[in-house]
Amino acid sequence: MRYASLHPIIAIVPVIAAVTFGRVLPAWTLSLATVAASNALVALGIVILARTGNVSFGQGLFFAAGGYGVALIARAWGVTDAVVQVLLGAACGGLLGVVVGPLIARYSGIFFGMLTLALSMVFYGVLVKTTVLGGSDGFNVGRPSLFGITFADAREADFVLYALSVATTGLAGIAARILFQSEFGLVSLAVRENNLRVEYLGISSRRVIAINFAVAAMLAGASGAFALMAQRHIDPQFAYWTTSGEFVFVAVLAGYQSVVAVFVASLVLELVRSFSNLYMPNTWQLVLGVFLLAVILLLPEGIGSLWSRKSRKKVAPVRVSEMAEKEARS
Amino acid sequence: MTSLLSVRKLEKRFGAVVAADDLSIDIAAGQKVSLIGANGAGKTTFVNMVTGYLKPDRGAIALNGFDLGRRSPRRVAQLGISRSFQIPQLFVDLTAAENLAVAISATHAQALSFHSPAEAQGRRQKAIELLERFGLAQQADRPILELAGGVRKLVDIAMALIRRPKLLLLDEPTSGVSAEEKFATMDRVVHAVAPDAATIVFVEHDMEIVSRYADRVVAFYSGRIIADGEPHTVLKDANVRRYVTGSAR
Repeated sequence: MRYASLHPIIAIVPVIAAVTFGRVLPAWTLSLATVAASNALVALGIVILARTGNVSFGQGLFFAAGGYGVALIARAWGVTDAVVQVLLGAACGGLLGVVVGPLIARYSGIFFGMLTLALSMVFYGVLVKTTVLGGSDGFNVGRPSLFGITFADAREADFVLYALSVATTGLAGIAARILFQSEFGLVSLAVRENNLRVEYLGISSRRVIAINFAVAAMLAGASGAFALMAQRHIDPQFAYWTTSGEFVFVAVLAGYQSVVAVFVASLVLELVRSFSNLYMPNTWQLVLGVFLLAVILLLPEGIGSLWSRKSRKKVAPVRVSEMAEKEARS
Repeated sequence: MTSLLSVRKLEKRFGAVVAADDLSIDIAAGQKVSLIGANGAGKTTFVNMVTGYLKPDRGAIALNGFDLGRRSPRRVAQLGISRSFQIPQLFVDLTAAENLAVAISATHAQALSFHSPAEAQGRRQKAIELLERFGLAQQADRPILELAGGVRKLVDIAMALIRRPKLLLLDEPTSGVSAEEKFATMDRVVHAVAPDAATIVFVEHDMEIVSRYADRVVAFYSGRIIADGEPHTVLKDANVRRYVTGSAR
C-alpha cells in the first residue's frame, strides 16, 4: 500500500511514538525539539498559504500576536494552563488573520509578501514604543502549568512542553494533510495555478486565499504561545523580520509537497544551527546560508520532493484524432 | 422570439482603438452563433465584456432580461454564462479529472468542504461522466501537461459546461488544433454540449467550421457588426468577403 493512500489519521501513531520518545531524549535535545516543533507549526502555515501561490514574509506578526496575547491574559487573569495558553495563542493569531487576510488577499506575488513584511514591522515598531508592554525589553511571565499541576522539576517541565508542542504540531500536521487532500485543498492549488480561471468558474480566489491566510495566522499564534512558554519572556523580537525570515527558511527547506517535510526541515535546521553555533560560533550564519543554498540547488522543490515528487515519465501528448481512431477500432 | 442575451449600444475603447462601437445584438436560446472577423475586429473584446472581464464604457448587457451591469466574471458565471478560452486556461499540474473536480466544487463555492476528499466518489463520477461525453474518460488521470492542444481545448470546454450554463461562449475552439483534428474536435464539442442544450456563441476564423456548425453568423469589423444572419447569406456578403474572409475580387 502506498503511503499516500493511507488515511492521514494513521499518522497519530508516529506522533504518539515521538511524544513517548521524549522520555529517553537527553535534556538538551528536548528543548531543541520543542523549538523545532514550534517553528514547524509556523512553517506549516506558510506551506498551507504557499499552496495558493502566496508567501508571507511577515508571519512574525501573528507569532507575536499569539505570544503577547497569551502573555497579557496570563498577567491579567493568571491563566497559566499550557493547553489553554496554546488555544488562546491560536485564537489571537487567527483573529488577527481573519481581519488582515481579506485586505491582503487583494494582492499577489511580491506585493503580497512585502505587505505582510511591512505589517509585521509596523507591529514591531508599535511594540517597541509601547512602554506598558515593556518596550524593547518586553516582560516576563510565570511558569506554565498543565491541568492544575505545576512542574517544579526542570526536566519534567521541559518534557511536558516538548510533549505538548510535538502533539500539537503533529495534530496540526494531520489536519493539514486532510486539508490538502480535501475539496478546499484542491481549489487552493487551482488558485495557485490559474486564479483567473478559478474566478471564471465562479469561485472567489480572494476568499480561498483569505481562509488559508487565517489558518496560517492561527498556527503562527499557537507557535507564539509555545515560544512564550519555552522562554517565559516576550519581547518585540517576536515580530521582527529576522524571526519571520527563519520561518520562511524552514518552509523553503521543506517545499510545499509534504507535511512531514516541514517537521523534518525544522528539526534539521535546528540541528544545523545548534552544531554550527557550537563548533563555529563566529560563522554559524555562514554555515546556515551555505546549507540553504545547497538545499535550493540540489532539491529546488524542498526536502519533501525526496519522497513526494510525482514521477513524470516522458510521454507523447495524446491527440484527439488518436482517440477517435482508438474508439473506431474498438 | 425572446432574447437570452441582449446587448444594447455597447462601446469600448482602448485609447484610439475602438474595440466596440455601438454594438447591439440579441441571441435567442438554443442558437449556435458564430462570431467572425479579422484579428482586432472586436470579437474577443465582445466575449470579455459579456463575461465581465472587461467593463464596457457604455451600453447594457442583459441575460434573460437581468442586467449584468458591471458584474465580475465570478458573478456572471454564477448567473449562467460560462466560457472557454482561445488558449485553454487549465490547471496544468493537475489531472483532467482534478480540473473538473475544481469546476464541480465551484457549483457550491460558498460551502467548500475542508475534510471531504477532493475526488470523493460523487464528484469523481460526475467528472468521469462529463469526460466520457467528450471521449476523454481514458485521459481522466493524466496531468494536463501530458495532453495535446486539441485535448486541452476539450477539457477547457468540459470545465465550462459543469454549471450547465444558459449561454456558453467558446473563444476559437479549434485554434491551435491541427487541420486534421479540427472537425473531430468540433464534432466532440457539439455532441458533448447537446445534452445541456446550451446556447452556444463561438468565435471562429475557419469558415468551413462556421458554415458547418453555426446556424447564425455575426461578422465584426473595427468594433462594429457589418453582417448578421444565416451562414450562407453572411459568408456571401460583399463586406464580409472584403473585410473578413478576404475572398472579394
